[in-house]
Amino acid sequence: MSFYVHIPFCTVRCGYCDFNTYTAKELGSGASQASYAATVSQEISFARQVMDKSGLPHREIETVFFGGGTPTLLPASDLVSVLARINSEFGLKPGAEVTTEANPDSVTRESLQELKDGGFTRVSFGMQSAVPHVLAVLERTHDPKGVPQVVRWAREVGLQVSVDLIYGTPGESLEDWRTSVEAALSYEPDHISAYALIIEEGTKLAAQIRRGQVPNIDDDDHAEKYQLADEMFAAAGFRWYEVSNWAKGEGHACRHNVAYWQGGDWWGAGPGAHSHVGGLRWWNVKHPSAYQQRIDGGISPGHGREFPDAEAVKLERTMLLTRLGSGMPIAELDEHGRRAVAGLIADELIEPQSAFAGTIVLTQRGRLLADLVVRELLDF
Amino acid sequence: MSPLARTAQVPAATDPSLIRNFCIIAHIDHGKSTLADRMLQSTGVVSARDMKAQYLDRMDIERERGITIKSQAVRMPWEVDGVTYALNMIDTPGHVDFTYEVSRSLAACEGAVLLVDAAQGIEAQTLANLYLAIESDLNIIPVLNKIDLPNAQPEKYAEELANLIGCDPDDVLKVSGKTGQGVEALLDEVIKQLPPPVGVADAPARAMIFDSVYDTYRGVVTYVRVVDGMLRPRERVQMMSTGSTHELLEIGVSAPNPVPSKGLGVGEVGYLITGVKDVRQSKVGDTVTNSLKPAAESLGGYEDPKPMVFSGLYPMDGTDYPALRDALDKLQLNDAALVYEPETSVALGFGFRVGFLGLLHLEITRERLEAEFNLDLISTAPNVVYEVMGEDKQLTTVTNPSEFPEGKILEVHEPLVSATILAPSEFIGSVMELCQGRRGTLRGMDYLSEERVEMRYTLPLAEIVFDFFDHLKSRTRGYASLDWKADGSQVADLVKVDILLQGEQVDAFSAITHRDKAYSYGVMMTGKLRELIPRQQFEVPIQAAIGSRIIARESIRAIRKDVLAKCYGGDISRKRKLLEKQKAGKKRMKMVGRVEVPQEAFIAALSTGEEKKK
Ligand SMILES: Nc1nc2c(ncn2[C@@H]2O[C@H](COP(=O)(O)OP(=O)(O)O)[C@@H](O)[C@H]2O)c(=O)[nH]1
Ligand SMILES: C[S@@+](CC[C@H](N)C(=O)[O-])C[C@H]1O[C@@H](n2cnc3c(N)ncnc32)[C@H](O)[C@@H]1O
Ligand code: SF4
Ligand SMILES: [Mg+2]
Repeated sequence: MSFYVHIPFCTVRCGYCDFNTYTAKELGSGASQASYAATVSQEISFARQVMDKSGLPHREIETVFFGGGTPTLLPASDLVSVLARINSEFGLKPGAEVTTEANPDSVTRESLQELKDGGFTRVSFGMQSAVPHVLAVLERTHDPKGVPQVVRWAREVGLQVSVDLIYGTPGESLEDWRTSVEAALSYEPDHISAYALIIEEGTKLAAQIRRGQVPNIDDDDHAEKYQLADEMFAAAGFRWYEVSNWAKGEGHACRHNVAYWQGGDWWGAGPGAHSHVGGLRWWNVKHPSAYQQRIDGGISPGHGREFPDAEAVKLERTMLLTRLGSGMPIAELDEHGRRAVAGLIADELIEPQSAFAGTIVLTQRGRLLADLVVRELLDF
Repeated sequence: MSPLARTAQVPAATDPSLIRNFCIIAHIDHGKSTLADRMLQSTGVVSARDMKAQYLDRMDIERERGITIKSQAVRMPWEVDGVTYALNMIDTPGHVDFTYEVSRSLAACEGAVLLVDAAQGIEAQTLANLYLAIESDLNIIPVLNKIDLPNAQPEKYAEELANLIGCDPDDVLKVSGKTGQGVEALLDEVIKQLPPPVGVADAPARAMIFDSVYDTYRGVVTYVRVVDGMLRPRERVQMMSTGSTHELLEIGVSAPNPVPSKGLGVGEVGYLITGVKDVRQSKVGDTVTNSLKPAAESLGGYEDPKPMVFSGLYPMDGTDYPALRDALDKLQLNDAALVYEPETSVALGFGFRVGFLGLLHLEITRERLEAEFNLDLISTAPNVVYEVMGEDKQLTTVTNPSEFPEGKILEVHEPLVSATILAPSEFIGSVMELCQGRRGTLRGMDYLSEERVEMRYTLPLAEIVFDFFDHLKSRTRGYASLDWKADGSQVADLVKVDILLQGEQVDAFSAITHRDKAYSYGVMMTGKLRELIPRQQFEVPIQAAIGSRIIARESIRAIRKDVLAKCYGGDISRKRKLLEKQKAGKKRMKMVGRVEVPQEAFIAALSTGEEKKK
């Protein structure tokens, strides 16, 4: 079983971001950063009670992920205390993976050391780009020059390191992107995530594009940049294990995210966090003050839930498993899906050898057209 | 002023000299229905209490009672100088699509009230029907309506009418259907000015069918005008075009509700019920006679309805095909002009090739299929009927582009129309430009007044079936009116343009066009499809071709990426729902070879409306 802890705070909101996160100004008076660690720890204790009553067998925690927002806006001691609560309530399995996201300008060598000492094993830095004008469009406030430094510190204190990149930002040239990929590789992280920029509704960037102040993004440009990155990562010894994730050698894949994609169980704590346990999906109230009110009042912060039926589960499994380098067993497909396999090979969307061996594994072209592959496998 | 008649003349026992048969010719909205209502009220056949606006309008009655009682002919009593007459008011369809039906209604009358809106003046459609009336030797009573309107210009339009039919402007009657002013005087004039019907009372019966309607409860109701002799209930009658015989179950007059009578004599107008279920057994224009004592000769003038425009009708949802067939079968019971046969389209599946009298007929039929039978339909671009001569010197009739012969073509004949366009004179230039662009030939031009001009053109029918009228309206700020009738055919340089998606011909988009327009059709259609068809995982070439020669091409670039890059825990449900939505939308895709084409793309590409909006 896994744990996700959402930390809904940022110093500023980046123009492209629609994550459930709040600046001090947006937060209002109903919630506070200072008491947040204590509040979310209460949910963890509540989770333990719920799990005990659920009749499901008790399982130790194999992975923990602190995401945001910017978890590292909280003092390292707060994050460590929350992790300690997870350990005391559920027990961390030996060798558990514990990750936090971090903005490059929100950590010091000391805070990283403190995290490491408190049980964290991994840090994921939001680098996004190495090119100043790209970072400017994204409204990132960190100084790109600081990134190699924080990556080095993290490695020195013994944390595994990942960096997040975004490609296809308006105004980013292919050369800009090559520069960012080269920079990321030069910091020698263990893991890289590279995401095509999504223009999320309601963001400032979406409005700028709508008004024509910023050019729109383009799928063909995304495809080209994906290919470039995939080839550069491969040449540097990184292996793709999920559509947007590459790990150096064995053992550096993010086990937490892999658990999501393989249909694992996790409890998500914090405002707006999603959970998936025993086939049920639910999500918490979104705003931190509503969340805090629920917790303070001893009421479950759950806000909505769904129990996907067999058809929906099949769709989810197909769409998630095919994203993975480990692939989807052909045995899980129904007759329609099996009949589609030959066509997918012919269209160079899946790897022939893997298919012969009984698994659907996407080619590079197939990774870019993963939705198409899913539709073919599910016959729609 | 004439009083209400004290007693009505009895059908079957009315002397022809006391009968007047007339119709009202008017442009749409010039007030025919309102005037008819007023007449019903003035003559007392409908009491003021029962009067609903537009009493005779068939559609209204259908709506109210859910049955089809078309009061095509109403018998009304009216007294002048102490003598009671029987007036038969016969309805005429007002649109050129139904010219033949109009001509039959007119043939049942001795006179016509030419009704013109005193604020609008005469329109092209009215001219056409007036022409038909004059051709059938009817006496014309010119009437200006809506004189109560503040912007009415009765003097000006009286002048216009007088010029047109050659009478004195003072002879033009002025009425208001709304207030009733002048209506009774008009009834008096109908009796004074129109001649009574003439016929031979003791000859074998001959009656002309001028309308035939299907009624769910009573079967086909046939409207006739008796010319000679007498028809009586329980007799056997014979349809002279086919020789088929039927028993007269009921005979009577509409007043305006059906009232059975002892028969119908010379000059009388009424209805017959024989129990047949299909209007094609009781055809407009046919002559009814007594089967024991049949007339030697029919009244003449009978023609089989001839479809002018064809279109493919396909159910949006393929499983509705049987429902569409049933619906067409039902409509045909009431519409002898509707012809159809099954056809299949690679792109659209199973459907029907349907023939219509004209575009209005097409639109009405389509609307009824959708409204009354709850069908969602796709209709292919309408086309006319061509005669094509291939190398074998054989003429092939082509009602569908797919029937266009392959190989060398010697000659293609296309139907022509003669069109009359009325427009304010300031628009002459732009109307001419439009007609020239549509391969029209100017036949003549007359000024009706200083500001209004009548232009007469010969045009290929194919050039006006699509969007000609819309263009005409927009070029004249809505002021022009159009009327046309079929007028022979010509040999023209016509070709068939095919549209190919990834090398596969999409039959629904094939078109027969003039060679000069083939290229622009090709560019237009390939361009439209490029916009409408979503990108696929491979490049899709779209080509327009005449035979094997490609005349225009476009291509839809292959899609290279559709995956959502980031998929965190919270994204899973969201992304699943997105896919579920795509799955639900999937039903509306049609496959052309390997290309997925959304249903909407077919509809949009085939509709002209889309183009206009741009
Ligand atoms: N002011 C005025 N309006 C009229 C008169 N006759 C008809 N109308 C109106 O003109 C419109 C069209 O009338 P209608 O009888 O339906 O015309 P039809 O299409 O020729 O049957 C309706 O809105 C009527 O109310 C009239 O004499 N005076
Ligand atoms: C929770 S977010 C950010 C963590 C941290 N606050 C930061 O921004 O560095 C995790 C990652 O999602 C990616 N991301 C966020 N918004 C995105 C968007 N609109 N399109 C693509 N990737 C996005 C970024 O790469 C980001 O590092
Ligand atoms: S710092 Fe990260 S979570 Fe915060 S607004 Fe920027 S992208 Fe979003
Ligand atoms: Mg009317």
